[in-house]
This record gives sequence, structure tokens and C-alpha cells, in this order.
Amino acid sequence: MSDLIDIENVDAQSIGKRAADMVDDEKGRVKKALYSDPAIFEEELDKVFNNTWVFVGHESEVAEAGAYKTAFIGRQPVILVRDRKRNLHVLLNRCRHRGATVCEGRKGKTKSFTCPYHGWGYALDGELRSLPKAEEYDGVIDKSELPLERLRSESYAGMVFATFRDDIEPLADFLGGAKKWIDLFMKQGGGYPVKVLGEHRFNFPGNWKIQLENTTDAYHFPIIHKSFISSLDEATADIFDFLDGEGFVEDLGNGHSVMVMIPELTDLEDNLEEPIPARFQGLADELKAEGHSDEEVRRLVRAVHGTGFNLNLFPNVSCSMAFFRVLRPVSVGETEIQHVALGGEGAPVAFNRKRMRLHEHFQGPMGFGTPDDGEAWERVQKGAMAGTDGWILVNRGQNNLHRTPDGNVAGAVCSETGMRGAYRQYKKMMADGEEI
Amino acid sequence: MKKPTELLNDVTAFIWQEADLLDHKAYQSWLDLWTDSGLYIVPSELEAEDYENSLNLALDDAAMRRMRVARLESGESVSAKAAIKTVRMVSRVRVLEGGENLVIARCAQTLNEMRHGKLVTYPADIEYQLRPVADGFRIERKVVRLLHAESFLRTVSFIF
Repeated sequence: MSDLIDIENVDAQSIGKRAADMVDDEKGRVKKALYSDPAIFEEELDKVFNNTWVFVGHESEVAEAGAYKTAFIGRQPVILVRDRKRNLHVLLNRCRHRGATVCEGRKGKTKSFTCPYHGWGYALDGELRSLPKAEEYDGVIDKSELPLERLRSESYAGMVFATFRDDIEPLADFLGGAKKWIDLFMKQGGGYPVKVLGEHRFNFPGNWKIQLENTTDAYHFPIIHKSFISSLDEATADIFDFLDGEGFVEDLGNGHSVMVMIPELTDLEDNLEEPIPARFQGLADELKAEGHSDEEVRRLVRAVHGTGFNLNLFPNVSCSMAFFRVLRPVSVGETEIQHVALGGEGAPVAFNRKRMRLHEHFQGPMGFGTPDDGEAWERVQKGAMAGTDGWILVNRGQNNLHRTPDGNVAGAVCSETGMRGAYRQYKKMMADGEEI
Repeated sequence: MKKPTELLNDVTAFIWQEADLLDHKAYQSWLDLWTDSGLYIVPSELEAEDYENSLNLALDDAAMRRMRVARLESGESVSAKAAIKTVRMVSRVRVLEGGENLVIARCAQTLNEMRHGKLVTYPADIEYQLRPVADGFRIERKVVRLLHAESFLRTVSFIF
């Protein structure tokens, strides 16, 4: 093979460059082929998902020594596990012998990972510990060189991210301006550490970027979710009538953005003296009857509905009002989504119970909101097949931008500022240093 | 006391009637099948037992059932409009407990939905707690354990 031209690489670069060119930053539009071209999808796995920090779980999901959960980075199966010394590891879920997955559970507790095929046994930190019939390997392999492959992983505020790249910036730098909003988001434990209570899982026949856009799209809310809003009492329905309010969407850099829909629910430790909303009076009475102080009751009630913003973290997770929304690209036209319900570790049972009921009301495959989102996304994917060429518009609110106190660009609450921020990062990653 | 075969027959007839109402979207009549304290539950974890302290796909008391039906009938939900037709088959009915005040029964259900031209199938185990009344039964509890509750479902705009 010629060492002057690496044909495979030239080919790959041209697909990435082609995808990058499909993002028209200036005009705020992207080519619909980004939703439907299988070659571009394959390139995205490599240039985006294998190339940045990807959310794999929350520390509360693996709270005890030996606790694990399985996850994916793009298409690659990984295990998030806490070892006996309580250190967290993200391991590739693949035996080093003949490559079978060593863990098929969704979550659980274990002492080790044993490959079911030939019995190779790995410790919780991934070290290879045991091999049946080891004598045939004498002088052939060195066990210390064959651990489950360990990814670089770092946490922020309990959120665990992993990456295949050892040479990219630390997680804290990647999150940058988003950290302030993660801190605010985590106040919804009502004075208790945030913990995962359960999750809804569903899929839709469409591209992952359709879902990414949706979490920073306030414009759709009163239209597609009309039937959800109709199911609310008048006061709550008014809260969700936010398009003409003081909210905004701020581009936080690195593809991250925050969409503040209900500004008065930005900091859940503020305004504790406000009257208890009628829909939470039952919860307040229950907490009071359990002996919680007035201040504690107010803090819990204010936190129970979650924050008034969606924080989109590129490329696969959103801190969305009261839950984590995690996406996984399966193929160019299929995406899996988890809606992870959150509560407070050690918080009153009534508080966590109410949060789960609120989650069930809107979220998940049987919620009053998610199915209508899913229907719209499915139609976007279908529509992407119409015509030979075409643009998706993400230019809403481009004419009305301002600088925030943090120095970022922001637009109106129903602007598509967050989508443009995500696509700017996407364009940069897909171009991968090529001129665009 | 009814003979076991007679009770099985009555329970099966009731469950089939409910299935027929749901497939034909006679949701108002379906609401009448319930006791005021009845709970309609679709767990998200198959091993869950304490449903009220677990996250479910649905946990509907009387008010939530009415709201769910109102949403499906409102014409405001684009996904409900797309859920054109379901056909469910119920079989393997077995009475687990045949008390005077409470009958517990279990059955298998396969629900088929035509969605955007594609057939989607939902197999499930269903457990009923039924209160005997003069004209048959009222549902005290219905727990729908979907075979793929713990994996990735399509979104649902009908009632199991």
C-alpha cells in the first residue's frame, strides 16, 4: 500500500467534510440528508460519539460497591461499574479472548464479570483475574495485558461521562458554561442529593439529531402538546404558556445550550416564601403531617416540579426540567431514548412518589407528552425522504440576539439558538480540522 | 358459591368485554368498568411490586384514567389520531383466587397496532383484581406486564 495516499482516510474525510458543509451556519439551516444518509451516520459515530465526552449514567445508579449498569457510547456497549474501593470505571463490554459481552444485565450488583463463553473472569476494575485451563496460556499471554478495556471517565455533579480520547480537554472544560446550569438543575433534590428513581425507554424511527433539536425547542410545546396542557389545571397551564414570557435560549459553547422557559423556576432555592400552588397542597399537607418544618415543606414543594429550563449537553444528554433525557443513535433512521426520573436520596417518600407521578404524566411511551413528540419526529424523518435536496430551517430568532451577562449569545425562548449552537459543534467535529 | 368453571366463564366474558371496548375505543364505557379506588398500572420494571413507590409507564387512579381518556378523545393529540386501530387477543385466562369480595385472575394478551402502515405487537401478562357486583364485576386493579417493558417500546396512544 502506498504510504503517500491513505485511500481509506481520504474517503472518510470527504464524508465528514460533506456533512460539515451541509450545516449552513450563516443562514441557520442544515441539509435534510443529515437525517437520512447512512454514510454520514457511520461517520458521525466516529467523528462525534467516539470523539468527545458522552454521558453514560448518574453516580446514584451505581451507588454501592459492585453496582453496575450497562450503557452505550454510540454503538459500543460499555459497563459503568463501582469497584470495591468505590472507584468508578467505564469498561468496554467485550471479553479480551473471543469478544463476547461479559455483562448482559441492564443494571445490578456483581462481584466480577465472567465471560459466559469460555469463563474468563474479570475484576470490577476490569483486571483479568482467572482463566480456565490456564496452563495452555503459559508463555503465550500475560494476564496483566488483557483487562477489559477501560475508558477515560470523569464526573460532574454526579453525572458520569466517558470518552475514547485521552487527549481531549477535561470534562469540566468541555462542560464550560453548562456547569452553572447543572448546579442549578441539581437543586431539585429539595435539599437532598439527586438520585435516579427509574427510567422510561422508547425508540422512534428517526435520526438522533431530531431528538437533540427537540430538547431545545420551545416553539413546538403549545402546538404538539396541546392535549397535555388541556389535562392541567388552569394555574399550571398558565405556567406552561411561556412563549411570550421572559425566557431565553443561551448558547453555552461546545454545542451545549440552555433554554429557560420559566425564569421564576431557575433557582429552586429562591422565593421559598411564595404561596404553595393548589396542585401541590396535598403534598404539602402530607409532608407537614409527617412533621417536616414549614421551611422544609416549602423547599420540597418548590423543587418537586423540577427546574424551569432544559439544558442540552452535546451530543447525548439533556437535563430537561425534572429528568435526564439520554439518546443513543442506533442507525441513521432509528434512535433509542431514555427518560430518567430523578428524586432526592433520603428525601421524604411522598416527595419522590409525587415526582414519579409527575414524570409518568408527561414522559415515556405512555405519557401525555412523549407520544406526540414521537409522532412529530417520525414525520420529520419521513419528510426527509421527500425531494432530492432540501433544507431544515433552524434560523428562528436569528434577527433578535443579545449578549448575556456571561458573554454568550442568546435569543428569545422560542428561538432556535440552541440548535444552531449544537450544529456549530457538529460542523466542527465532522470537519475534523478540514477547511470549512 | 359459583362452580370454578362458571366463575372462569364469567371472568373470561368480562375480560373479553373490556378488550372489545378498548379495541373499539368505547372509552367512556370502559371508565364505567372500574371501582372508584381502582388502579390501572403498566409497570416499567417487571419485578416491581410496590407500584406507588416505583416509576411506571402508567399508574392511573380514577382521575388519571379520565384524563387519559379525555386526551385520547380530544382530537388534540396527533399521536392518538395516528393510532388508527388496535386488535387484541386475550387468552390463557386463569382464576387465581375466587373470593366472595375479590376475584384475582391472570391472562395473556397480544395487542396488535397498525401504525404508519407497520404492524407493532405487544405481548403482555395481565393480572386483574375484580370486585363481584350484581351485574358482573368492577375492576379494582389491572396490572399490564408488557413483555418488553424493560426494553425500548414504541410510544403508545391507546389503552392496553
